[in-house]
Amino acid sequence: MLNPDLVGRTFTSAESVTVTEQAIRKFAEVIGETNFDVAPPTFTISITLDQSQSLLQDSGLDWTRVVHGEQKFVLNRAIVPGDVFICSSTIESARNVAGNEIVTVRSDLHADTQLVVSTWSTLVVRA
Amino acid sequence: MTKIVEGLEISEETYVINRALLVKYANASGDQNPIHQDEAFAKSVGLPDVIAHGMLTMALAGKFLSDISGPENVLEFSAKFIKPVVVPANTDVSLIISGKVGEISDGRAKIELLAMCNEVKVLGVAKGVIKLQ
Repeated sequence: MLNPDLVGRTFTSAESVTVTEQAIRKFAEVIGETNFDVAPPTFTISITLDQSQSLLQDSGLDWTRVVHGEQKFVLNRAIVPGDVFICSSTIESARNVAGNEIVTVRSDLHADTQLVVSTWSTLVVRA
Repeated sequence: MTKIVEGLEISEETYVINRALLVKYANASGDQNPIHQDEAFAKSVGLPDVIAHGMLTMALAGKFLSDISGPENVLEFSAKFIKPVVVPANTDVSLIISGKVGEISDGRAKIELLAMCNEVKVLGVAKGVIKLQ
């Protein structure tokens, strides 16, 4: 059970992440994309995954029962090589539906003050 | 390219998923959860076999979306993971993605996506919003 006091908890990375063409290429090649000038639409997850998981690490969630329920991306522009991002993740909600706990974490990538991508990960903790 | 109009059906594409691709995706995304690579581990937690990363299935659906608009014109993309894509050893699993153009307004089009594997729908309410050129 997620500690309800943790809803609203935010973690902002101290260090920025620089997007390399190599990282885009590596991700793109898996899905057969040959345009390496812009990142594929779900590339953001390779930047945000670690942080969104560490945000929940000591939250009381039973990780052995966690499954990925849903994912959403809103892109204000595509990610390109050379982008430098600060990533912040927030536990946006935690609710109980029919005994399953549903937790949503939002992660934002900012380049300076510009919000470039937001992504929402919904995790389901099976009863 | 075909003009994007409401109701247009976008023909299906087949994407092959196998164990080698799961390893490549794990390395590209940083998601090294052993349920996507280690058969003994996957079975020990009650799965039928190794399963694909839901985010790999979504990334492939994202490629389908990118092919409609160009990757720079994808504005929104969301999906639910409703059934796992099971990937047995030495097997090529086919993921079949098709789409349909939904509402168009303000130079944007909604695209509804269907992702099927072994005749089972694996993504729920998969949809994107693209910027029209």
